[in-house]
Amino acid sequence: MKKLFLLLTLVSMPVFASGGGAHLDDVDIDMGDTASLQRGAGLFVNYCLSCHSAAFMRYNRMSEDLQIPKEVVEDNMMFTSDRIGGLMKTAMPAEDAKVWFGKAPPDLSLIARSRGPEWIYTYMRSFYLDDSSPSGWNNVLFEKVAMPHVLYNLQGARHAVFKKDEHGVEVFDHYEMVKPGSMNEDEFDSAVRDLTNFMVYLAEPARMVRYKLGVYVLIFLSIFFVFAYLLKKEYFKDVH
Amino acid sequence: MEKIVSWIDDRFPLTKVWEEHMAKYYAPKNFNFWYFFGSLAILMLVMQIVTGLFLTMHYKPDAALAFASVEYIMRDVPWGWLIRYLHAIGASMFFVVVYLHMFRALIYGSYRGPRELVWIFGMVIFIALMAESFMGYLLPWGNMSFWGAQVIISLFGAIPYVGDGLVEWLRGDYVISDATLNRFFAFHVAAVPLVLVILVFLHIVALHKVGSNNPDGIEIKKNKDENGIPLDGIPFHPYYTVKDIVGVIVFLMVFSAIIFFAPEMGGWFLEADNFTPSDPLTTPPHIVPLWYFTPYYSILRAVTWEWLPGGAKLWGVIAMGASLVVLFFLPWLDKSPVRSIRYRGGIFKAALAIFIAAFFLLGWLGTQPAEGINTLLAQISMFIYFGFFLLMPIYTRLDKTKPVPERLT
Repeated sequence: MKKLFLLLTLVSMPVFASGGGAHLDDVDIDMGDTASLQRGAGLFVNYCLSCHSAAFMRYNRMSEDLQIPKEVVEDNMMFTSDRIGGLMKTAMPAEDAKVWFGKAPPDLSLIARSRGPEWIYTYMRSFYLDDSSPSGWNNVLFEKVAMPHVLYNLQGARHAVFKKDEHGVEVFDHYEMVKPGSMNEDEFDSAVRDLTNFMVYLAEPARMVRYKLGVYVLIFLSIFFVFAYLLKKEYFKDVH
Repeated sequence: MEKIVSWIDDRFPLTKVWEEHMAKYYAPKNFNFWYFFGSLAILMLVMQIVTGLFLTMHYKPDAALAFASVEYIMRDVPWGWLIRYLHAIGASMFFVVVYLHMFRALIYGSYRGPRELVWIFGMVIFIALMAESFMGYLLPWGNMSFWGAQVIISLFGAIPYVGDGLVEWLRGDYVISDATLNRFFAFHVAAVPLVLVILVFLHIVALHKVGSNNPDGIEIKKNKDENGIPLDGIPFHPYYTVKDIVGVIVFLMVFSAIIFFAPEMGGWFLEADNFTPSDPLTTPPHIVPLWYFTPYYSILRAVTWEWLPGGAKLWGVIAMGASLVVLFFLPWLDKSPVRSIRYRGGIFKAALAIFIAAFFLLGWLGTQPAEGINTLLAQISMFIYFGFFLLMPIYTRLDKTKPVPERLT
């Protein structure tokens, strides 16, 4: 009986499965892969920051964490700010964005925490050409999204082929390449992985330190535990 | 040193208090795993007060600034991310500790006479803690903060006649707004913590008056030596201070593992929807309270019988309130001749196991959409929840108990 209660207590915290029907592709997130984070940062400032902001992030913090020299950041990565300590604002005024896209593009600082890395990785690889959409693009994961395919010159332009399932509902089947981009499929997947990796960092810069720090804290507590346990044992040896 | 102590003792009962509550407070010698959670609850209270103090130095209770100020703490304040995780995840860990502490009372009958007031003070602490965490959850001003507060405050609207006015009075506005955020901040950092500290003091004073229960559920004060010291008692200090240090370290290892390696805890401790700033125009797909509220949230939603006078919503609120109120009566509902589960019979053990299963099921259902089979499951679990307490006077009398030993085993 006692064991049953203990078991009940221990299993009281199962892992929360995120809901939603769409299939999301797994992505390898690695804060130790500095080269990937640097490539992702390059893609982010070149492609994302023209319309989106990441207004909680500072350029100099990125420069330090990702080991990108300050001069490189100042000369090649700062299109929207002239101060290295400045925040990653967007080049596009919010009022214009509202007119052009129907709504202002969301800030991306925390998007990897609200949507999840798998969602970003899948979303960025799910665009296809659609004449019926105002931007000319549509997305299998996020239907009727206002955002166009900004990475199309890398991935190429694709049509999506749909088929009817057993209930007669249109479901996505596969893509057909219309005009290839500068990357093949593997190269593009790897580039989006870099971008996703960077956005996970962007959502929580503390990730760069917390894993390492966690190991030291647990080692300290383990050593402390040994001494505390021996002290307790010494006192309790007379208690019967 | 002795001189200083005697100088103080002439003016303040320093040695007396120390001896009464630590060095000569005799606790049963057989405390087990379940007895760590009282001291851990104090640890968490202090942790929340200290980390909360530092958060207050950087946080802005302003609807236009709150969300960004939390991210400022997470990014620009040195060690701010650690302080904030200790506080936000600490809230969940506080409830883990408190639930286990309450469960200990349930299995060993610690609420039984003469400890009724210890239990009642504890229950008031539990409810104050719920208010504290509910108001604290609004402060990051994320979208789940906003919609969670929206749903819970609107519950008061179910009260007949005064409901609508009451809701407006609580919010200080027609919607959840800057006014709501500011008053929640005031309650969260000043009023409720003060109440909590006083209640914890009363809880411990009441406990030390009657003495601690133990896993055998028998009174150690019945068997004393010639000096009036319980034969089965050991002084709290140094025995349980050194033992509780071990418990604290193990707990801190679990806590640290979560903070450093899985702060979101898969969405259970930090919800994904709360990383989006509050937006009155965008309702999250599922409004889910944090896990420690979900059993009660489930009971609220389980009442779907519109034919009830006043409507289902009102009775849902009443049921949720009753599920907390019934806990206060536990000392008088239990009619068993024994306290501890060790000497109880199969009926109580089975009832407790079913109750725990129903409680977990309610908790899980609270995170799921209230549709289809979920509502029926929540209704069945709700009846089990209330049945466990309301039928207790009957089944604890019928239960075949084992003989209780004279001395601790």
